[in-house]
Amino acid sequence: MDRLTGTTAGRAPDRSWPRSLTRVPYWVFQDEAVYRAEQDRIFHGPHWSYLCLEAEFAEPGDFCATFIGEQPVLVTRDVDGEVYAFENRCAHRGALIAMADHGKARDFTCVYHAWTYNLQGDLTAVAFAEGVGGKGGMPPNFCLSDHGPRKLRIAVVHGLVFGTLSNDLPDIEEYLGEEILDRIDRVLGGRKPVVLGRFAQRLPNNWKLYAENVRDSYHASILHLFFTTFGINRLSQRGAIIVDESGGHHVSYSAIDRTAVASNEYRDQKIRSDSEYQLADPSLLEGFSEVGDDVTLQILSVYPGFVLQQIQNSVAVRQILPRGTDDTLLNWTYLGFESDTEEQRLVRMKQSNLVGPAGYVSMEDGGIGGFVQRGIAGASDEYATLQMGGDTAESSESRVTEASVRGFWLAYRESMGFVPDDDAPLPEIGKHERTRVVRA
Amino acid sequence: MDNQVAIARAQAHYARCIDDGPLEDWPMFFTENCHYRVTTADNYARGLPAGLIWADTRGMLKDRVSALKEANIYEPHVYRHMLGQPAILTESGGDVESETPFFVLRVTGGGPTDLFASGRYVDRYRVEGDQALLRERVVVCDSKEIDTLLALPL
Repeated sequence: MDRLTGTTAGRAPDRSWPRSLTRVPYWVFQDEAVYRAEQDRIFHGPHWSYLCLEAEFAEPGDFCATFIGEQPVLVTRDVDGEVYAFENRCAHRGALIAMADHGKARDFTCVYHAWTYNLQGDLTAVAFAEGVGGKGGMPPNFCLSDHGPRKLRIAVVHGLVFGTLSNDLPDIEEYLGEEILDRIDRVLGGRKPVVLGRFAQRLPNNWKLYAENVRDSYHASILHLFFTTFGINRLSQRGAIIVDESGGHHVSYSAIDRTAVASNEYRDQKIRSDSEYQLADPSLLEGFSEVGDDVTLQILSVYPGFVLQQIQNSVAVRQILPRGTDDTLLNWTYLGFESDTEEQRLVRMKQSNLVGPAGYVSMEDGGIGGFVQRGIAGASDEYATLQMGGDTAESSESRVTEASVRGFWLAYRESMGFVPDDDAPLPEIGKHERTRVVRA
Repeated sequence: MDNQVAIARAQAHYARCIDDGPLEDWPMFFTENCHYRVTTADNYARGLPAGLIWADTRGMLKDRVSALKEANIYEPHVYRHMLGQPAILTESGGDVESETPFFVLRVTGGGPTDLFASGRYVDRYRVEGDQALLRERVVVCDSKEIDTLLALPL
């Protein structure tokens, strides 16, 4: 903690934000200054960011390279068995300390000038510190312990490693709250995850469009036909949305409910997602009760950029990393558990088809953010409308609501320091003055 | 016909089927009980079993095609596969293991021609007469990153 100097939050960009949570200004997905401020105020600010899984660096000396926002980070397990994390940036000239994604190391030596760090991120040696033949070298008052990458505060929740560069935030349990913790515990508690595969997806859109999409239970069974047709997730199924007090974290879940599959809500809407579509090999959807309850879908998000998913028996974590105003890296880690039988592992392999960049129920999410990013070009003074299910960010039994999306924006404007502005547009629709173009 | 020629012929038709259609014929390049998986070089080297696409029957491959035609939403795009020569690794009668490097260009909407993926096919073929069918194809992509989404198979 010695070099953890707290949040580096800069000024919030000079923008007004509507007081109502039902309106989201499009400039928030476009403005370069907003993007820069997010790095300081959110990712380097008082928030816990997901870094990696403990299962990815189980043994002493194992390390994992990851990110907090754009900033590269190394997470290590030292010989004392403890977890450490520090910025993956040499204190000398800023080069990466380690270049591999994963590996085993006794210490890290920067390739540029061979400055060496131990597994806790302390600078332990500087090449030619004494000079050569009594000439050159570092000044006599140079002290190794004064130099080193910034260290992160670390918290581990059921094998999920979170980190922060700030001291100005509560511990992870308080940050998440009881309901979110319970729902993480439901999937990961009491069993050891095993990594089955890692994939990355490059999204042509702002990171917040994906953060919204994950919290948007309204779209899930409309955009994704697979969910609806096979009764994996219908809005009419038994389930609920949990939005935590900050608004930033959420859980959407649904459970087996045979009566809902036969209901007519979707046919009555005459939307595309009610079809006669059948699988040639239905073994894809033959699963088992994941943790002994009826919940077949649970999507959980932690502000700012973490997602834990259970879709049938496809369990995965997702890490949302901003890479530019219209560029996002989405890291997927597919999980099984040590206790899986061979048959259960096979089910997980088959159901991995549901998610990821090629997923039957998630490939659309890769494209849709780009459709929005392109759609709002030239509309930076316009607003998105989030009125489904009211105007609050509260938990509800209905999933025909945008409550958790509004919750994200509640947490976002708070963390960005945007002051709600009564003069900014209210959620009345259709009151735009339109300019009629008259052809000559 | 020797195995090299049979496999090269099958692969040329495989690429043409995806790029120029009909995509419905794509599962017929595989045996009924087959394995098809799209993964990354990193996962492959580490022995991690999951796939971006993972199938162990021809039926699952048919489902992939029908889902793309009937269920999934994505911006229309086309591929152009460029395949290298298959390197025959082992031959035991009609059972042949081979590897073939590839790259795939993608044109989305009216946009530019982009390099979408490069990698290698790690294959096990069953060759009977002049017909070579895939018993197993692991598509090992060099990069771990997929741009936007992977809809059409590789």
